[in-house]
Amino acid sequence: MKVLVPVKRVVDYNVKVRVKSDGSGVDIANVKMSMNPFDEIAIEEAVRLKEKGVATEVIAVSCGVLQCQETLRTAMAIGADRAILVETSEELQPLAVAKLLKALVEKEQPQLVILGKQAIDDDCNQTGQMLAALLGWGQATFASKVEVEGGQAVVTREVDGGLETLSLTLPAIVTTDLRLNEPRYVTLPNIMKAKKKPLDRVLPAELGVDVAPRIRTLKVSEPPKRSAGVKVADVAALVDKLRNEAKVI
Amino acid sequence: MTSLVIAEHDNASIRPATLNTVTAASQCGGEVHVLVAGSGAQAAAAAAARIAGVAKVIHVEGEHFAHGLAENMAGQVLALASGYSHLLFPATASGKNIAPRVAALLDVGQVSDITKVDSLDTFERPIYAGNAIAMVQSLDAVKVITVRTTGFDAAPSTGGSAAIQTQGAVADSGKSAFVGSEIAKSDRPELTAAKVIVSGGRALGSSEKFHEVLEPLADKLGAALGASRAAVDAGYAPNDWQVGQTGKIVAPQLYVAVGISGAIQHLAGMKDAKVIVAINKDAEAPIFGVADYGLEADLFTAVPELIAAL
Repeated sequence: MKVLVPVKRVVDYNVKVRVKSDGSGVDIANVKMSMNPFDEIAIEEAVRLKEKGVATEVIAVSCGVLQCQETLRTAMAIGADRAILVETSEELQPLAVAKLLKALVEKEQPQLVILGKQAIDDDCNQTGQMLAALLGWGQATFASKVEVEGGQAVVTREVDGGLETLSLTLPAIVTTDLRLNEPRYVTLPNIMKAKKKPLDRVLPAELGVDVAPRIRTLKVSEPPKRSAGVKVADVAALVDKLRNEAKVI
Repeated sequence: MTSLVIAEHDNASIRPATLNTVTAASQCGGEVHVLVAGSGAQAAAAAAARIAGVAKVIHVEGEHFAHGLAENMAGQVLALASGYSHLLFPATASGKNIAPRVAALLDVGQVSDITKVDSLDTFERPIYAGNAIAMVQSLDAVKVITVRTTGFDAAPSTGGSAAIQTQGAVADSGKSAFVGSEIAKSDRPELTAAKVIVSGGRALGSSEKFHEVLEPLADKLGAALGASRAAVDAGYAPNDWQVGQTGKIVAPQLYVAVGISGAIQHLAGMKDAKVIVAINKDAEAPIFGVADYGLEADLFTAVPELIAAL
């Protein structure tokens, strides 16, 4: 069974981004870029399925600029067998990415596509669900446990009130949540091996997909600032402030 | 312009998140309709009809809606979508699960997690863990939207008298099946609606201590309990208590962060609280940067003292 795992190159999660003074966007020039943390979890899960003998091949996919190759090499260092870069410098939104992935799914015929639940830059949380709809497949989002057996994926999901378990017929879509697994550290030997693994490049036009954005960003601004707080000396002072100044108790 | 709000409900009643979503819908211009798709959901449909500002309720019945499976819910919304300019879902686990399927089936983009409606096609939403706010314009004829409930007041749950229209259900997609769930029951207020939240971090050290130290404080304050990712990962608190960028987004009157360092991702979930209190023995903890009142102290001493002083 092939497993396809899309991965996104995003601003590293430790970076506190700054809004450009002209309001045109967020300043990401010279900022550290990394694989979206949820996508790392997705690659890790796919590799574990291969190690269990459930998956036969793990294919990593990324859509975007040429530097996404670095993200794909990281995916292969974690254990993906090969990678595909859909190369474009156009702004890609989830619907467009879902359409690109659908075209690749139709070519590669994986039984499972595992995606991160959301990208930490746009925080959309849409691509996996959109892909599932376009393919007419079942979906299990926010997965904290995945078991594949006999043509079914049994997935435990983190939902608002706790946990829920669903059974999906394969092929299906799973999106990862934080506690699905802890991704392994990438070792130097694996980084070296990854350099030799196949990485194919393809253009959106070759996949027959129109990637034009549907949502236009008019302005980006800073969130409202909180006024500076104070340190209180002790519990008594805290209670006094909460009761008499803030009036919240 | 007519909006359809896809209600979140438990068949017996309407969940609060739906009320905030109705408010957002009312700001999109035109009538607001509410879809209640469920199994034995007559009472929920009746409750939806009482929400102020709702002009019509569409009630769809089917056993295959009992657990809100995305494939069935999205299929049902698609069957009813014609004539609506705006389709709104609360940005809950359920809404986020279903909405993008609907958008893709309609071949339109989705605007996730809106905090403000600027006009019928322009919305504001947080990006980069809320460190930036984007004003975005949807170019599609139909806007599919998930609504951040903390961005909108709840519409009054009484005062409305909408007509209830029953509609036939689409068939079960058969692609997924509900196996089971572990949903916690609590007497505490729901985290996303609570006026006061007591939240704990990894410094609590163990599940026993987490509950032993924080529960009496939450009891005293009539608060809901929350947790940082680190505390949940360590097993001190269940996943549905996690406050943060990809967990619960909260905006209570009072947020008490106990032993939480204040990582970017945690702040994303609580920095819109009216008053933030931080108790942490690390003077440099980033949480003190957003706290209105910071108490630099050992939580194991300070929290019991606080309980006694309240």
